[in-house]
Amino acid sequence: MVLADPALVGVLGLRMGDNALILGQRLSEWCGHAPVLEEDIATANIALDLIGQASNWLKLAGEVEGGGRSADDLAFLRDAREFTNVLLVEQPDPDFAHTLMRQYLFDSWHAEMLDRLVDSTEARIAEVAAKSAKEAAYHRRRSADLIVRLGDGSEESHARMQAALDALYPFAGELDQPDDCDKALAAAAIAPDLGELAGEVASARTIVFGRAGLSVPTDVPVRSGGKSGLHSEALGYLLAEMQILQRSHPGAKW
Amino acid sequence: MVSKAMQALQCPDIDTVWEWLDAIPDPEIPAVSLVEMGIVRDAQWDCDLLRVVLTPTYSGCPATSVIRLDVENTLRERGIEHIEIKTRLRPAWTTDWISEAGRQKLRAYGIAPPAGAASCAGMMAVGSIDCPRCGSCEVERISEFGSTPCKAHYRCTACLEPFDYFKPI
Ligand SMILES: [Zn+2]
Repeated sequence: MVLADPALVGVLGLRMGDNALILGQRLSEWCGHAPVLEEDIATANIALDLIGQASNWLKLAGEVEGGGRSADDLAFLRDAREFTNVLLVEQPDPDFAHTLMRQYLFDSWHAEMLDRLVDSTEARIAEVAAKSAKEAAYHRRRSADLIVRLGDGSEESHARMQAALDALYPFAGELDQPDDCDKALAAAAIAPDLGELAGEVASARTIVFGRAGLSVPTDVPVRSGGKSGLHSEALGYLLAEMQILQRSHPGAKW
Repeated sequence: MVSKAMQALQCPDIDTVWEWLDAIPDPEIPAVSLVEMGIVRDAQWDCDLLRVVLTPTYSGCPATSVIRLDVENTLRERGIEHIEIKTRLRPAWTTDWISEAGRQKLRAYGIAPPAGAASCAGMMAVGSIDCPRCGSCEVERISEFGSTPCKAHYRCTACLEPFDYFKPI
């Protein structure tokens, strides 16, 4: 099924928004619990940036849809099946190494993707991307720095970072795999070719993982499904917590 | 027709409107005004309708909706009836838009202003950050993030005081 351009813009807005929203919510779970104060503050700040970006993307998706749904409606009143984020961002945090690794795998793709979307032929996409791009580049700088410091740190930190990379790497591939919508978006120059983007992201990651002394798993099957709404169990729990207020008090405002 | 012309005559001139806007403090850094921060991008009369354009600093800035409300309330208190406030995302806000007066006020408030032009620095600038307390350039970064999304956390190795640094973006 190939959608017409306006609907495609909505799909892209929803995917970018859902990735940012779900990762923002995951990160905010650390607020008050992160291992050190500076990282606690950094994590909460990044969550805030991502939720702000999600709000801009979802607003756009709602406008394109034309059914009067606001960013809040899309965030709080959809079920897991309707979310289009990649599986990577909903993965839970068994330890802080997973949080940092998930962040770097996402940031390294996200910053590059936004840089390309700034040149989108669709002005509304380009506008939101331009607002988010500098923030994502800043996130990537911090997460790459931490991957190197902890990967190349103590025996303990190295082992944990390697375990996190082994566990999460299979999920990163979903960002690179174009489906029919992605292909149509690239053909209309609304979004970049995900395959080409993947090449650039991979070479940047190779440098960072090399400096960190971490080995990138090879020949791992890609875990995907999120873009088409097929999520892991983890998303249900996340949404239950995120949406409970709007679900139990519909229309609540403060 | 006559009443519309009368209304137009009663509209305060745009320089006065800018003065009012320049008196609205940034809700998170009240030492600096919204105009000095570069958040108010435009203000123009369209007959008796005042069109104001704002831009958010960071996507996640929690002050964005408060800022909008502050602008609207201030203008209404001054007697302006027809106001349109729009948010513009592009060109994205940059610390280059913080005025010289704004930078001096930030420093006096204890926040080191962004060093250099964001467009060149690419957020990587170190070296020209001075301690807002003692002026020493012997400083070290504690964290990339500070008390709000727009700030990083630094420490002065001369006077040993920690301080906020407004990140160039
Ligand atoms: Zn000092």
